[in-house]
Amino acid sequence: MRFADTLRFARDAATGYPMRTTLSVLAMSIGVAAVVVLTALGDGARRYVVGQFSSIGTNLVIVLPGRSGTGGFNPANAITTTPRDLSVDDAASLQRVPAVKRVAPLAVGTSEISFGGRLREVMVAGSTSDFIPIRNFELAQGQGLPEEDWNRGSSVAVIGSKIREEMFGSEPAVGQLIRVGDRRLRVVGVLKSVGQGLGMNTDELVIVPVSLAQAMFNSNTLFRILVEAKSREAIPDAKEQVMNLIKQRHRGEEDVTVITQDAVLATFDKLLGALTLGVAGIAAISLAVAGILVMNVMLVAVTQRTGEIGLLKALGATARTIRLAFLAEAAMLSAVGALVGYLLGQLGAFALRQAFPVFPAYPPDWAVIAGLGTALGTGLLFGVMPARRAARLDPVQALMKH
Amino acid sequence: MALIELSGIERVFQLGDTEVHALSGLDLTIEAGEYVAVMGPSGSGKSTLLNLLGLLDRPNTGTYRLEGRDVTTLSPDEQARVRSERIGFVFQSFHLVPRLTAAENIALPMTLAGIAAAERNKRVTQALQDFGLEHRADHRPDQLSGGQRQRVAIARATIMQPALILADEPTGNLDRQTGEEVMHLLEALNGKGVTLVVVTHDQVLGARSRRQLAMEDGRLKVDSARPPG
Ligand SMILES: Nc1ncnc2c1ncn2[C@@H]1O[C@H](COP(=O)(O)OP(=O)(O)OP(=O)(O)O)[C@@H](O)[C@H]1O
Ligand SMILES: [Mg+2]
Repeated sequence: MRFADTLRFARDAATGYPMRTTLSVLAMSIGVAAVVVLTALGDGARRYVVGQFSSIGTNLVIVLPGRSGTGGFNPANAITTTPRDLSVDDAASLQRVPAVKRVAPLAVGTSEISFGGRLREVMVAGSTSDFIPIRNFELAQGQGLPEEDWNRGSSVAVIGSKIREEMFGSEPAVGQLIRVGDRRLRVVGVLKSVGQGLGMNTDELVIVPVSLAQAMFNSNTLFRILVEAKSREAIPDAKEQVMNLIKQRHRGEEDVTVITQDAVLATFDKLLGALTLGVAGIAAISLAVAGILVMNVMLVAVTQRTGEIGLLKALGATARTIRLAFLAEAAMLSAVGALVGYLLGQLGAFALRQAFPVFPAYPPDWAVIAGLGTALGTGLLFGVMPARRAARLDPVQALMKH
Repeated sequence: MALIELSGIERVFQLGDTEVHALSGLDLTIEAGEYVAVMGPSGSGKSTLLNLLGLLDRPNTGTYRLEGRDVTTLSPDEQARVRSERIGFVFQSFHLVPRLTAAENIALPMTLAGIAAAERNKRVTQALQDFGLEHRADHRPDQLSGGQRQRVAIARATIMQPALILADEPTGNLDRQTGEEVMHLLEALNGKGVTLVVVTHDQVLGARSRRQLAMEDGRLKVDSARPPG
């Protein structure tokens, strides 16, 4: 039988039994749609987190006190504080490292802010003039911290947009005197609102000179040192040079951890990539189930059409012809199911993106290809057995079943 | 050279621990162009004989020569080829494919044989005309009468221009009048040189053939071409 005739024969056979055809197409399409939607979710989460992390700065190298136990990056270290000495002088010394573009020390704590009788608790970040550019923050009004001796901070503050709103309402904030803890500070700038991101919420942050913050919290240590490497390529060099210098300053003791933004990104990328893969694997199980359903549907088809198979044999069909006809039918059921599922899945991902605009829920190409491939593969694989059974039927017995 | 030569044919079915001898000690020769009626009581082995002649079944012992060639030893694919090119079947229950139109059913043997669509259409158009089915080409079997269905089946059996047509009670599901018409069609084919073997219960229909075979318990009881004695 010619290839085109085989396909037409299979198509007519499939459309001749709409109930079972619909059923298997539906099962297959649900499986494929599941793969597409779930991987879109997983990959969307990955892209979202990676995007958020990229926005905290460019070519960042972060020094944190304390030695990381595993030697690698441990996400917990990025959040918890391990009190080990890391001083403003340490940070200042890093400015001389060749691969480093700029440095910002960071001391954090909470305090109270008050203005005109309004009072609230805030997160205070003590840093220097380069903090705002390193963190990719933008100013809505005024200016950042002044360039000055790091050890002699002037009494100024840059406030987040939400703080400005709550403290000043419609009044101008820049130039006003506020009280933070027991200090009177002049507001010199207001940050642009960036909304809720990962880590600290900048809209509710007050940035003051680092020496001021240390005096306020009565401590000499830093929470972090943020270092910006000269370029992406310079990141590994910067990391090594920073480490060596700090080690030298700390009398040869490797008592700090240096992580790079790249490594953090890579870790989250890997973590969430694995999650997506796992989710895809779970969805793939539904594809296997759909394949088994196609097999059962085809087995029923062989039983239903035993008489027809006998007839085809009597009319001179070879075993191969019959095998191919049934295999083509199984392939068609899975192909149509896969296609419908793909469209449904894309529709689902589109709906997700409409519902959560910040969430880039696009299914990754590999998942779409693997999903469609698995659907066709299982359809064919599970189509083989019924097709062979059909081809092996005894013509005389088959003809009697009519 | 005879078209069909059967010698020493045995066909035994195993039913539990009993053996059913559907055919035993069968020797039969049929010349090309003959018109043979096979008769006999139910269970006498008529259908078994026809299945054997049509290469749908194999004998346990004995040889079957078709056009001088021993066909019992052919591979399944070679047998399929012989069925496709040399043999046409007509069944009591028509055996049309329900989802295909009359034209598609008639074309089916050509489709299976891989004949191009253009050639198929040409031959089907001719066949529809020959069998008075011009206006039924696009009808499905359930939209056809019994007589029309059997005409479609006969058109299908002849479309590959076989040397041999095997019909197992072709009028069994038809009324007398329609049955006569169907027999006329088959006899007309025989008139054009096609060898015709028809199984029938009907003495009157059987009497129309030039040669009658009477079966009983798997044996050839009477062969009108070789009167006893
Ligand atoms: N597949 C089979 N298994 C077991 N026995 C069988 C099988 N096919 C046929 N037989 C037996 O072989 C014998 C001949 O059967 P066959 O069908 O050839 O009879 P028949 O002459 O065509 O009868 P009918 O006129 O009823 O169609 C019967 O006894 C039948 O029961
Ligand atoms: Mg019979």
